[in-house]
Amino acid sequence: MRLINPRLALPILSLAILIVAVFWLQPRAMSYVGINLLFNLAVPIALATVAQMIIIMVNDIDLSMGAFVSLVACITAAILPGNPALGALMLLGCVLAYAALGALIEARQLPAIVVTLGMSFVWGGAGVLILPSPGGTSPVWLTAIMKAKPPLVPMAIIASLLIAGVAHLLIMRSAFGVRLRALGGNARAVSRAGRSTVRLRAMAYAVAGCFAVLAGMALVGLTTSGDANIALRYTLLSIAGVILGGGEFTGGRVSPIGAVIGALTLTLAGSFLSFLRLSPDWQIGAQGAILILVLAARLLVRQAEKRT
Amino acid sequence: MVSGDTEAGARAAPVVMLEGASKSFGALKAMDHVDLHVSPGESLGLVGHNGAGKSTLVNLITGLFAPSAGRVSYPGASDHRMAGIRAISQEGTLCPNLTVLENLQVVQRDLNGWGWRRVAARRIRTALDAVFPGHRIRPDMLVADMSLAESQMVEIAIGFAEGPIPARLVVLDEPTSSLDAQVSAQLLAHIRRFCAAGGAAIFISHMLGEVFAVADRIVVMRDGRIIADRPTSGFSRQGLVDAMGHVADDRNQPGPTAQARNLGDTVLRTPEGIEARRGEIVGLAGLAGHGQAEALARFYLSQGSDWRSTARPSAVFVAGDRRRDGVMPVWSIRRNLTLAALETLTRHGLIDRAAETAIGTDWQKRIGIRTPDMGNPILSLSGGNQQKVLFARALATSAPVVVMDDPMRGVDIGTKTEVYDMIRHEAAQGRTFLWYSTEMDEILNCDRVFVFRDGAISAELEGPRITEENILAASFEFGDAA
Repeated sequence: MRLINPRLALPILSLAILIVAVFWLQPRAMSYVGINLLFNLAVPIALATVAQMIIIMVNDIDLSMGAFVSLVACITAAILPGNPALGALMLLGCVLAYAALGALIEARQLPAIVVTLGMSFVWGGAGVLILPSPGGTSPVWLTAIMKAKPPLVPMAIIASLLIAGVAHLLIMRSAFGVRLRALGGNARAVSRAGRSTVRLRAMAYAVAGCFAVLAGMALVGLTTSGDANIALRYTLLSIAGVILGGGEFTGGRVSPIGAVIGALTLTLAGSFLSFLRLSPDWQIGAQGAILILVLAARLLVRQAEKRT
Repeated sequence: MVSGDTEAGARAAPVVMLEGASKSFGALKAMDHVDLHVSPGESLGLVGHNGAGKSTLVNLITGLFAPSAGRVSYPGASDHRMAGIRAISQEGTLCPNLTVLENLQVVQRDLNGWGWRRVAARRIRTALDAVFPGHRIRPDMLVADMSLAESQMVEIAIGFAEGPIPARLVVLDEPTSSLDAQVSAQLLAHIRRFCAAGGAAIFISHMLGEVFAVADRIVVMRDGRIIADRPTSGFSRQGLVDAMGHVADDRNQPGPTAQARNLGDTVLRTPEGIEARRGEIVGLAGLAGHGQAEALARFYLSQGSDWRSTARPSAVFVAGDRRRDGVMPVWSIRRNLTLAALETLTRHGLIDRAAETAIGTDWQKRIGIRTPDMGNPILSLSGGNQQKVLFARALATSAPVVVMDDPMRGVDIGTKTEVYDMIRHEAAQGRTFLWYSTEMDEILNCDRVFVFRDGAISAELEGPRITEENILAASFEFGDAA
């Protein structure tokens, strides 16, 4: 067994470079509070990125991730504190809806990009119905978890490590994860082995739905309120995170650890640009430039690999 | 397991029995009333040319298709999986994004729970050691990082690996296609050991030397039927090739093209060695998948530019896989037809609708597209008529070379005859045809034939030397298994 997957080298390197750059610009960030602030908002993004990664792993793409996480945030902020049973039931329903989407996409051979694009409006509408104007509160226990201050290591780091570890065990190590990845690698081989591809795709979507629900809950735990538009950026952030983390759009080649690193890198890129005192008008463009830079580097590394 | 020799094997219940099994795809009868028993300890060689029904037979045995008529049964087991039937197919059934042991997990359902990786690694390592001693494959290697030969070895090892249901019949479809001679010999030796220990194998190969080395019984298929089923000792190599061909009397009478015709200068020459003269119909023959389609695609793509299109292309392409390379499914028949000639119909950047309609009507008459209105969607046509539209699309251009990638696959005989006439007519006008075909009678109508084997030309035949025997002999390899 190799200790470090060579595909992870570049994501780790880009994260390390960004961290050094941020600490160099703003040495005060090099503290417990500073690090927690830097990576705080990365936790929900990391969860959404893992969810997106599971969808990409089965050769689909989810354009409804942001709207879905927003809907979960609305449920968590508006219903979960007052009526925990109903809230939990609704969140479970969200996961089941995701599983049903996966089954539908496989059974009818629909393009996931169309189905999820359509569903993003459904999720968005449901979010507005549940929480017409921004507000609500976070359940106390959720805020307590998200804002906990464990000794020595900030919560954001522990949470990121935990997400990466759990996702790695589930997707890369377990027999269940292998079957899901096989679906992305060669769906025909899977059905020839007598397994139901509909069932497997439904499972993949259900697992992705679970991570997306956790993302929405984590987000509410941090912001203590919900909004139907709170996480719309997550759709593109999560896709970018998967690719930054060494994943590929097709063929089931993904890395959960890489996806979490990709999410951290994207969050940090935002902070880095604020520390540069870049006008917010330019920040999105600059964030895109960082993304292009990393992907270009990856392309060069791949080409060099192929030549050897 | 059943004990050793074939006599004990013959007495034991067969692993699989086909009784009058037929399979048709629409109008096409891929397999016609086949009776076949495979018993434990038997090693069966299966040979036949393109479209003889080998793959259909394999797919019926491995449970991928259900027979349209007749019965496929597995005495003592409910289905093919419980019967221990394993298939090692040509097209590759590994997941490249998984490791070797993870690929075993995809096939074997009992690899679950804690420690499954250890069990899987042990099973696949044992199988690899048994079949390919001295291999250098580790169970945690990623298939995508392995060479073609190594992944083929893994696929074979998975077929023989210990599992919840032991392997009783292993079907190997061209298993040595990407293996070198030494590794192939290891595989053949393993198949013989496996059958001696009571297992059964069905072995398909274009290397007849391998078939003779491994099989104790050879089944010859042609036109969806089994036409010979005898112990290997009952066949000579030449006899085997003769058996695969048609009997002489139902040979097509030579068409006008086969007769002497004035051919022009050589107009094309490819790196593979294909040559064609002006007005010549050049056939690419051989077993499917031996590099013919690739050679055509390379030639065709080298003729045009990725950046510019021209009103006078030097070659046009007629697709065989209509869905993938041919029709625009939501367009009308007329638009599909005029697609390749669009540059000549364009004036000031806009399409001349009147000229488009004229071309459509003209070709509808000339090639006989059966539709009341050329404005109907292309998918309203039958497959044969869709294929005619693709032909018309190519012929409506001024291109001197027409490249055809097995376009008559699955087309009815009436359409075929009409299109053959059209091709002869166009060839007489000076057009050159490069025609890859998996159908023998089409190849026999060519002026010159290049037979492909293993991605290279194995024979060039011209005039009276274009015979079924010569083509078959060049398609199969006689060399002894190393």
